Amino acid sequence: MIRFILLQNRQGKTRLAKYYVPLEDSEKHKVEYEVHRLVVNRDPKFTNFVEFRTHKVIYRRYAGLFFSMCVDITDNELAYLECIHLFVEILDHFFSNVCELDLVFNFHKVYLILDEFILAGELQETSKRAIIERMGELEKLD
Amino acid sequence: MAPTQPAPAPAPSLVDTLFQRSLGDLVKFLRADPSAAGESTAVARALSEIHREIRAPDAATKATALKKLTYLSSLHFAPVASHPLAFPAIELIASPFLPHKRLAYLAASLSLHPASLSLLPLATHQLHKDLSPSTSAAASHNVSSLALQLLASPAAAAAPDLAAHLAHDLVPHLSRGSPRAIAAAARVIAASPSAAVPILFKPLAACLALPDPRASTAAAAAFCELSAPPADAAPFLPLAPDLYNLLTTSRSNWALIKVLKVFGRLAPLESRLAARIVDPVCQLLARSAAMSLTFECIRTVLTALPAHDTAVCLAIGKAKEFLTAEDDPNLRYLGLLALGMLGPTYVSTVHEFRDVIAQSLGDADSNIRREALHLMMRMIDRNNIMGIAGMLVSHAVKSDPEFANDILGAVLAACGHNVYELVSDFDWYVSLLTDMARSLHCAQGDEIGRQLVDVGLRVQDARPELVHSSRTLLIDPALLANHLLCPVLSAAAWVSGEYVNFTKDPVELVEALLQPRTSLLPMSVRAVYIQAVFKVITFCCNSYVERLSDSSKEVAVGLNGLSIDETVSEGRKAPLLSSDEQITVPIGPLFECNEVEVLERARNLIGFVHLIREVQELKESKVYDDEKHSWVKELVKNMQTVFSQEIGPVSSNAQEKVSLPDYIVLNETLAELDDIVSEDDTTPSSSILFYPRSHGSIENRNEPALSLGSSSLLSEHRKRHGLYYLPTGKTEDEPVDYPHANDPLLPASNESSLDDKSNTAQPITCGKKLKALKSRPKVVKLDGEDFLSSMVPSANVPKEDSLSGAVRGVLLDRDLKPSSSQKASDRAYEGIVNKMETGGSSSQWKNNVDAELVGHPTSSSRPSIQPSHEKESTNPLESDGKEVKEPKRHRRSSRGGHHQGKHKHRERHSTQPDVPQAPIIQDFLL
Repeated sequence: MIRFILLQNRQGKTRLAKYYVPLEDSEKHKVEYEVHRLVVNRDPKFTNFVEFRTHKVIYRRYAGLFFSMCVDITDNELAYLECIHLFVEILDHFFSNVCELDLVFNFHKVYLILDEFILAGELQETSKRAIIERMGELEKLD
Repeated sequence: MAPTQPAPAPAPSLVDTLFQRSLGDLVKFLRADPSAAGESTAVARALSEIHREIRAPDAATKATALKKLTYLSSLHFAPVASHPLAFPAIELIASPFLPHKRLAYLAASLSLHPASLSLLPLATHQLHKDLSPSTSAAASHNVSSLALQLLASPAAAAAPDLAAHLAHDLVPHLSRGSPRAIAAAARVIAASPSAAVPILFKPLAACLALPDPRASTAAAAAFCELSAPPADAAPFLPLAPDLYNLLTTSRSNWALIKVLKVFGRLAPLESRLAARIVDPVCQLLARSAAMSLTFECIRTVLTALPAHDTAVCLAIGKAKEFLTAEDDPNLRYLGLLALGMLGPTYVSTVHEFRDVIAQSLGDADSNIRREALHLMMRMIDRNNIMGIAGMLVSHAVKSDPEFANDILGAVLAACGHNVYELVSDFDWYVSLLTDMARSLHCAQGDEIGRQLVDVGLRVQDARPELVHSSRTLLIDPALLANHLLCPVLSAAAWVSGEYVNFTKDPVELVEALLQPRTSLLPMSVRAVYIQAVFKVITFCCNSYVERLSDSSKEVAVGLNGLSIDETVSEGRKAPLLSSDEQITVPIGPLFECNEVEVLERARNLIGFVHLIREVQELKESKVYDDEKHSWVKELVKNMQTVFSQEIGPVSSNAQEKVSLPDYIVLNETLAELDDIVSEDDTTPSSSILFYPRSHGSIENRNEPALSLGSSSLLSEHRKRHGLYYLPTGKTEDEPVDYPHANDPLLPASNESSLDDKSNTAQPITCGKKLKALKSRPKVVKLDGEDFLSSMVPSANVPKEDSLSGAVRGVLLDRDLKPSSSQKASDRAYEGIVNKMETGGSSSQWKNNVDAELVGHPTSSSRPSIQPSHEKESTNPLESDGKEVKEPKRHRRSSRGGHHQGKHKHRERHSTQPDVPQAPIIQDFLL
């Protein structure tokens, strides 16, 4: 299962952090720092998987943003890589041409999307359309 | 920490509310000054604002404040005191207005830490309300989905009580097949198995068969998570039919991957299952276009269905496609991973890919390189070790320092495994060791040096080559400056000194050992160098003297002219005349050395040289002084015998064989420790009988009962204070008889005393191997020597199996005894209380409590140690501190004694909320 999801820019600023395991704040801070260090210097020609402590981080870079997922060592790497891509597509669709600032200013909406998409560390909804529709419903309620 | 907060906390004025900053304003404000200092002051200001606003009676103000606080605490790690999120969040959860509610739930899921557990009763009630069906359908759907989301968040894992209380409320949602409810149920079960499994497991299992693909996918994911390795997968076997249905009908790759994972765990447990699933898996493998699913099929086939050859061949074919994907490093990496999963019967298949693997060693990505190295090491056997190890070492030269050392370390570990089991040509291995030492980035000096000496000690036939290789290391002045190589040089010097009789040119050796650049070496290595010089000189003198006494003719000649030094030669000349100056000059400065080891050895050496000088004086004065001559001869001979005793390898059990001196009476010595020994150990010390070991075992065997009693006491003590005991290697297999020194009754293999060479030099093991390597030289291997193999790191992660007991209880025997966990902890608690009551003097009481405080947490954090009142279970020697290294043992014991296992992990769960901090969290993630 997914242990946490991080969206970080190249400078290491965290734009979104979602943890599916209980962690202390200090530990979260450390994790974010370490993950950033791990992924930021990797060449695009390298694999998208890095070992992280006893787990592994599946990451992908979109423009200046690193999307990283920490998963179990036996989890299917490619599936989570597809998962990251799907998430980016949903964000892109929802914000129409998403950029870093969208995420900064729509903090709660990004969380909402993520909660529709992944629950308790497992992929919950694989249909992009279903998620977009559901987000529309929720927007209407506000 | 709100910095400047007025003490009486005035209620926010209308102005405050009117001009409250929204989250957008806050973000802009934070971005205004991007410097670290500017940001932290901005955060501090915003926090003080929020602290004021969050107490507003007005829900909207409160909600905005909460929104901002959520943002700050999740992205800026605002130093918030005592989780102020929790309370307002729980207040707002009750709000009828959905956006506020949603906000509050988000805040709660972020803030329910173990530290804020005191607020849980409030939340429990509200969650219960939100989960129960009411009012309009649409609104209740939204509300309940929020509540389910909270239960599925890590907050539920941190608060097992909350989860347990709400388990019943989940059931109706589960029967509707809500994916959120399924995810929440999985979390709740994982958090508190004993309470939740009886209620939730059946409805959750029913979700597997639901027609809605979202529900069945979520259920498959849930069971995949619940059966994950630390847990025992066996209780999930009854789910196989539903999972099989899903495997054959589902069209969701995600669900299929999860189902395959569960089958991968179940198939090894039930052979018929493997036969059943092999066809559908092969179809998926052949058909699927999704790489993720293909890889999952490969993994399942290779790890769980290794007996089905056609499936394995198909999987290997697919893996080959992965390996040859030029443009995608991810696929190449996964292809290598797949090859690594092949069982030992398919090693030949791995050999087919040797070229690809060798090529991958040079890949840019360290993941691929590491996996390739791993595969290379798996391929090594007795026949190809020379080729592969040689290739790897030459590859290490071209690699970056880190990977080069990975390679060298792997080669050293593989070759040294089980006392050089795979190496048959030690001349080759010795030269490989020196090559490794000379390679550019070598940081494995310690291990290389250790192996050089070890090979010298164990393999007689390798010594000439060893001395030869050492010479090449010693004479190279460039190596002296490399600090990483000091251990290697030290080993080389020792080997050259110890086996000097194989040296072709002692003069050159002495020169090398005394060259000026040796001053660059650390003192400990210099000491070895000087000692080596000493040995060489002694050897030369001795051979010289032997020559003299061999034939009286030569004696006359020898004493008559200097030229004799050359005639007594044939490669082992005695460079007496020349070496005098040669030695005293470089050694002289060491007389002022601070290091006693060096100082002492230097003095020894010079003293000896002065003694020998007398021989020369004899020659020069040409006085035939027979008496003096024979005295010198005697001296040299004596000196030679000092060094001539062969040194053998030392067994890790050696210390146990040293007999105890008669005058040490352990009973008395230990009696003084009574005060500091904890309560459990204060069984009257007179009953702890330590036998003087020199009495041998015969006497001991006469009193078996006594020995048994005392050894169990001893092992108790050993269990508690394992730290102060020597490691017992093999002897742990004989728990009752504590090993005795010089035991005459020990089996023959133990008799490898060092001077009895016919016994020491034993070929490794069984006859089959003997045949295979006729030419392999003898390698001395002592009993119980597995320290080399223990150096190879084991990949096992010690983890206690959870869940399985409870799930098994529901699915199989339905014989749950939820009270057993309480019993255990109660008993421990009672123990403390009793002691507190009965404890006499205050100091003793304090000791008791301290002992409990120290003793109790360790026993609960290491669950497989038997509680001390279960003495009759298993042999106690085995449980001394070994758990950490050998996690498999837990697994076995918890499977075998299933009640025990249940008991243990429940106990762990029940203690979790009491010990909230780092350890548990790390258990989850790390």
